Amino acid sequence: MAFSRKHIASTGSLLGISALLLAGCGAAPEESSSASGESTDYLGCIVSDFGGFQDKSFNQNSYAGVKHAKTEFGINMKEAQSTAETDYAPNLNEMVQAGCNLTVTVGFGLADTTKEIAEANPDLHFTIVDDNSIELDNVRPIVFDTAQAAFQAGYVAAAQSKTGKVATYGGMEFPTVTIFMDGFAQGVEYYNEQKNADVEVLGWNSDSQSGTFTGDFEDATKGKTNTQNFLDQGADVIMPVAGPVGSGTLEAVKEYNASNPDSPASVVWVDADGFETNADYQDIILTSVMKKMDDAITETIKADMDGNFTSEAYIGTLENDGVGLAPFHNFDSEVTDETKAELNQIKEDIISGTIKVETAGSPTA
Amino acid sequence: MSDKQPAAQQVDPALAADINAPTPPQDVPSQLVETQKPSLFARIAGGNIGLSIGAALAAFIVGGLLIAVTDPATQTASKYFFARPLDTLAAGWSAAYDSYVALLQGSIFNPNGRNFTQQIRPLTETLTVATPLIFAGLAVALSFRAGLFNIGAQGQIILGAIISGWVALNAGLPVIVMVPLILLGGIVGGAIWGGIIGVLKARTGAHEVILSIMMNYIAANLLVYLLKTPLLQREGSSNPISEKLGENALFPLLLGPQFRLHAGFLAALLAVAFVWWLLNRSTVGFRLRAVGANPNAARTAGISVASGYIVVMALSGALAGLAGAAQVAGTEKVLSTGIAASLGFDAITVALLGRSKPVGTFFAALLYGAFRAGGVSMQVSTGTDIDIVLVLQALIVLFIAAPPLVRAIFRLPDPTGAPRTKKKKSASKAVEAAA
Repeated sequence: MAFSRKHIASTGSLLGISALLLAGCGAAPEESSSASGESTDYLGCIVSDFGGFQDKSFNQNSYAGVKHAKTEFGINMKEAQSTAETDYAPNLNEMVQAGCNLTVTVGFGLADTTKEIAEANPDLHFTIVDDNSIELDNVRPIVFDTAQAAFQAGYVAAAQSKTGKVATYGGMEFPTVTIFMDGFAQGVEYYNEQKNADVEVLGWNSDSQSGTFTGDFEDATKGKTNTQNFLDQGADVIMPVAGPVGSGTLEAVKEYNASNPDSPASVVWVDADGFETNADYQDIILTSVMKKMDDAITETIKADMDGNFTSEAYIGTLENDGVGLAPFHNFDSEVTDETKAELNQIKEDIISGTIKVETAGSPTA
Repeated sequence: MSDKQPAAQQVDPALAADINAPTPPQDVPSQLVETQKPSLFARIAGGNIGLSIGAALAAFIVGGLLIAVTDPATQTASKYFFARPLDTLAAGWSAAYDSYVALLQGSIFNPNGRNFTQQIRPLTETLTVATPLIFAGLAVALSFRAGLFNIGAQGQIILGAIISGWVALNAGLPVIVMVPLILLGGIVGGAIWGGIIGVLKARTGAHEVILSIMMNYIAANLLVYLLKTPLLQREGSSNPISEKLGENALFPLLLGPQFRLHAGFLAALLAVAFVWWLLNRSTVGFRLRAVGANPNAARTAGISVASGYIVVMALSGALAGLAGAAQVAGTEKVLSTGIAASLGFDAITVALLGRSKPVGTFFAALLYGAFRAGGVSMQVSTGTDIDIVLVLQALIVLFIAAPPLVRAIFRLPDPTGAPRTKKKKSASKAVEAAA
């Protein structure tokens, strides 16, 4: 035998060692004397919900906000990921121990804990994303009227659909999820009224408030199965509202388009601009419903640093650019100028109140 | 699992004769023992204490390496390893060292605390986090001893939490009545959920692993459903979360309002004592162990295996249900979809680590609680990812599940290796395993 197991093993280890040698050959850096840039004692902290900071959704987005404040203003930062709801109280307590000036808590699940701990520590500031139930002088709620942007997305989805069927599904039936689906469905409805069309929404019924959910925010295979079902039923624009589960939709649509190049389907991403966060799927992302938590958080930290903390709720809307429709990127040439003009008109009408987007999950001031 | 033990079957006459006297028979023919090899299950579930400590130690070492390798500073330093090799080693060492120091400070004693309350707080956190794990660990350990893999502790915890939560929210009685009532709610909920598994296994022969996993799904989704009905959902909220529990429905705090440690911990201590008594001193416990050691033998000896399964699953479920009650009325003070976290699955590790013995399970739960509590300060103060802590826990299980590996690493003696000099000792040991 020319290639004995020993032979292969020694070749392998040789390769490994040379890789190590190459990797370790960089020059040592000079001992740097002092930290550069402005520095401050300000400590900004963030506690995730059970989704963790890599959820490609609101935790990650909120984390980006604190991270941005760190690079921009040179603040110190501490972070704690929760793996379960039982972690919330210990994580938040640890932040209090660490002496955080401002702690960001992500998700309605942390509301009770945030309230309790904020009450016990009136000298520390907190801000909570996606919950508007706490009324304390040291807590700022950050919420978003995502339905407004989702309404636009529904409109453009209906306009782009060749089959006359669009679809959406959620991770779990939370108000922060269904608000997307509601807005989307209403946007499609509005399109039907305006154009006398009959575009159908699969996966969500605004009237009965019922629809398709995968049951969690983790299992992308469920997202893939759901999407395949929608595609089989003829839908060609799909909006997953399920964080990382949505990557299953991207995969399913990409496979579908490979076998049906004549009638390709597309995806509406949510939370962040999916075109930027999913580099492999840029060709199938029509647009995204953006919920700019990062900006809101960076701004809240900045205000707190300057001594201008307010407990008044931040409500992201189309008007203050807290929510919005992402650029069409690769689809820019496919969306007609007429549709683009109509979308702008819709935006103005929503801001002025001519179009009312009302959903069960809409935040109230 | 243990049906293929012809040797053990020969022990049953002795067992049968001794059914009412729990002390194991002393003189078993020694040639019997030499042919006996405990099943894989028995070896995993009933390893010795050296094995547990060795597994934890090995996990700590591998974990330390992992922390070092994933540490950004170490990674940066490794790029110029050959220019200044000590940098890499120093960075790796300090990353691992700092993490473990933070783990200790977050779980036992924090010398940097502002006052004594803050300094001792970590220990109370460890005990608080360990409380539901003690209950659930006992639940799994008890089923292990009866030869059943109760993977369903998760569902039993949830059911216990649902019923005790419902009681806590709806019965407006003084705290002295409420606490036993809530505990009872947990017991009933868990016992029903576990009992169903026991009945199905006893009557239909379905495998308890599949049954209990499916019951977990049903329980988890039942909880989500109920939290969206007026029965449990908070008024005026559209989120799946219950009303906060009233003061009268909360377990009394043991050390005052600064600490989360609640009376549930005392109940957990009582549960440890109860399970110890049950297994070692009661007739029921002896029957359960006999069923666990060899169902065929137990049947021959006149023990009803079917009712044994039902009883052990109901008891196991009741213990797990108590964990649910402790979560709702002790730690979380509210019923939410994540009330059981991953307690039911952690409990399996705890029971394995505790060698399925009540006292061992207690200490394993404390260790696990320390991991959870210390993991928080580990990630906040050193930036070590919480996943590393979870990996550490997983490594412990891995090393326990592969006893020969740990024995080889730490040169521990193999108890099944028929040692020439200790025939008598191994004889009694084998009987112990059978009983």
